[in-house]
Amino acid sequence: MLDGLKNKLRKFLGLEAKPDAEDDEAKAKLKQEMKSEVEAQSKPAEEAKKAADAAAEEEAKKQAESSEQISKESSTQEVEKVADKPKIGYIHMSGCTGDGMSLTENYDILSTLLTDMVDIVYGTTLVDLWEMPEMDLALVEGSVCLQDEHSVKELMEVREKSGLVCAFGSCAMTGCFTRYARGGQLAQPKHESFVPISDLIKVDCAIPGCPASPEIIAKVVVALINGDMDYLQPMLDMAACNLACGCDLQTNVVSKALCCGCGTCVLACPTRALEMVEGRPSHNKNRCIKCGACTTHCPRTWFPEEQIKKDLGL
Amino acid sequence: MAFGTYKEVVSARATDKAIQKVAQDGGIVSALLCYALEENIIEGAIVAGDTEDAWKPEPTIAMTPEEIIAAAGTKYTFSPNAIRLKEAVRQYGLEKIGTVGTPCQIMGLRKMQSYPFSTRFVADKLALIIGIFCMENFPRDSLKTFVEGKMYSSLDNVNKMDIGKGKFWITDPEKESGLALKETHGYEQAGCNICLDYVAELADVSTGSVGSPDGWSTVFTRTDNGADIFTAAVEAGVIETKPMDDVKPGLELLKKLANGKKDKGRKEIERRVNMGLPSPF
Ligand SMILES: Cc1cc2nc3c(=O)[nH]c(=O)nc-3n(C[C@H](O)[C@H](O)[C@H](O)COP(=O)(O)OP(=O)(O)OC[C@H]3O[C@@H](n4cnc5c(N)ncnc54)[C@H](O)[C@@H]3O)c2cc1C
Ligand code: SF4
Ligand code: SF4
Ligand code: SF4
Repeated sequence: MLDGLKNKLRKFLGLEAKPDAEDDEAKAKLKQEMKSEVEAQSKPAEEAKKAADAAAEEEAKKQAESSEQISKESSTQEVEKVADKPKIGYIHMSGCTGDGMSLTENYDILSTLLTDMVDIVYGTTLVDLWEMPEMDLALVEGSVCLQDEHSVKELMEVREKSGLVCAFGSCAMTGCFTRYARGGQLAQPKHESFVPISDLIKVDCAIPGCPASPEIIAKVVVALINGDMDYLQPMLDMAACNLACGCDLQTNVVSKALCCGCGTCVLACPTRALEMVEGRPSHNKNRCIKCGACTTHCPRTWFPEEQIKKDLGL
Repeated sequence: MAFGTYKEVVSARATDKAIQKVAQDGGIVSALLCYALEENIIEGAIVAGDTEDAWKPEPTIAMTPEEIIAAAGTKYTFSPNAIRLKEAVRQYGLEKIGTVGTPCQIMGLRKMQSYPFSTRFVADKLALIIGIFCMENFPRDSLKTFVEGKMYSSLDNVNKMDIGKGKFWITDPEKESGLALKETHGYEQAGCNICLDYVAELADVSTGSVGSPDGWSTVFTRTDNGADIFTAAVEAGVIETKPMDDVKPGLELLKKLANGKKDKGRKEIERRVNMGLPSPF
């Protein structure tokens, strides 16, 4: 699955796509090659910029932590690089549109990026188009309702027409609060089964969050354009996740002797369903919307040490 | 790499007598936070404040130097300062926040900054993250167990706790007494047994007692931001420093402890993985 995805990304970057790799070794090699090609490609641009404006570069480096800066930098540095702009679609299923709103909150910093680096080819309210076109990347927001034949059909069509499918936000990834739907409501009382999109189709990448924050969206877009697979890896690893709840912390962290009482899970929870009691997260099921943010943020579920050091310049 | 990446390491202490009096070691945490607050580098700090219950700290949003100083001193149990960060940003409206934490707390914050999935407009508000060295942390009932059961005091009476020279020390109105660390072993939380970070390798500035004489702290500056703030505080006379080479016991001891923690942690990780248990490290 991963190699297919990487091939797609190679295309994004205007690189020659490789035949599908079979084994792990080949996968690793492909990843390495891709990385070095990307680095090699971006080098001349970087050097030219350095020579042209050393002082500005210095300033930019200082602020490299800020995602705004990262996006501005990459958008100016690499604008000419992408000849074949990746086609991105935005598909709205059952959710609150929070993730789409988060995306739009980035328009001031991502405007260059979105107009010069990618083509938004499909999306309700974004593009005036009925027929779903071929897409390189489909951002799917919301869970899918099994009783809504239009949604099911649309999702299948997305999988068919899109190189990569990204579960965008927690509803698409885990079902989130739509997990509580049980029908019996107008306009269609029969609508009761809302499931994560990975229940029905293969998903390549997931961005959890209720909603996914504007910053994570900006970081993902920049990483995609830079072919920064290392940054995206955790989101590829999460792609198949279709179940989440605050009680995962107990099952996967506390009961596994991993919890250190740091409180990051409580920080991440959007609904105050968690509090720290005697140094351990205590989960209030009645407040939990099953977004998975707590488990995703916990430093004891996965820990991206190299990425953090890179971000901090350590 | 016992200490992680750093720019400089020095022995240091706060010059303010009021801070020296209440601080655990050299008062570096309190002095830096106060300096940053007064210079408007931060607008508030999240620290481990005291509560009505003895040795039951609670994350506290300090808005004045007095409140920062009131929270000085080490509490050897959990104060998950991160849990009030969203509130500090959204309810208190703070744009620049300082905080302090054990290495594992810093890891949670740094992961959030690199992957801010669910923390809309919070990550960039952290203007200063101070890490404190940490060998282990205890559930409060662990403290109670050995303070009462093995040291014949009570949490209510203890004014100060400290770890040093191979012992766990308490000061109560009557005396200062120490308990050999092998007597506290087994009471630390299980999550500490796989921890590989002794000196808060991902903080802006990290500090602890080991390596420096009593009343002084060992300080690593790590990020550009952290180094700038620390240097400015030294230049302003808020903090005084000595070269590490001039103090005893010095870096060798710190190195021994930091590497020892890593070795022990790796062994425990291996043991767990062999049993089929997960580990993030
Ligand atoms: C659990 C624990 C274990 C430690 N182990 C070691 C060790 O093995 N070796 C070593 O050299 N140093 C260790 N320290 C650090 C040391 O005890 C001092 O906290 C440190 O040197 C800072 O002293 P100071 O005088 O600069 O800070 P002060 O000016 O006294 O300020 C200390 C700051 O830390 C905050 N704080 C206190 N307790 C906690 C807590 N539990 N969680 C989060 N914040 C807290 C306070 O609110 C205050 O802001 C440990 C600290 C803790 C909390
Ligand atoms: S506890 Fe909070 S963060 Fe965790 S899944 Fe529930 S709502 Fe989301
Ligand atoms: S984030 Fe993870 S390690 Fe930290 S308190 Fe929550 S469950 Fe424990
Ligand atoms: S030893 Fe590690 S896990 Fe335990 S409290 Fe200290 S930093 Fe956290």
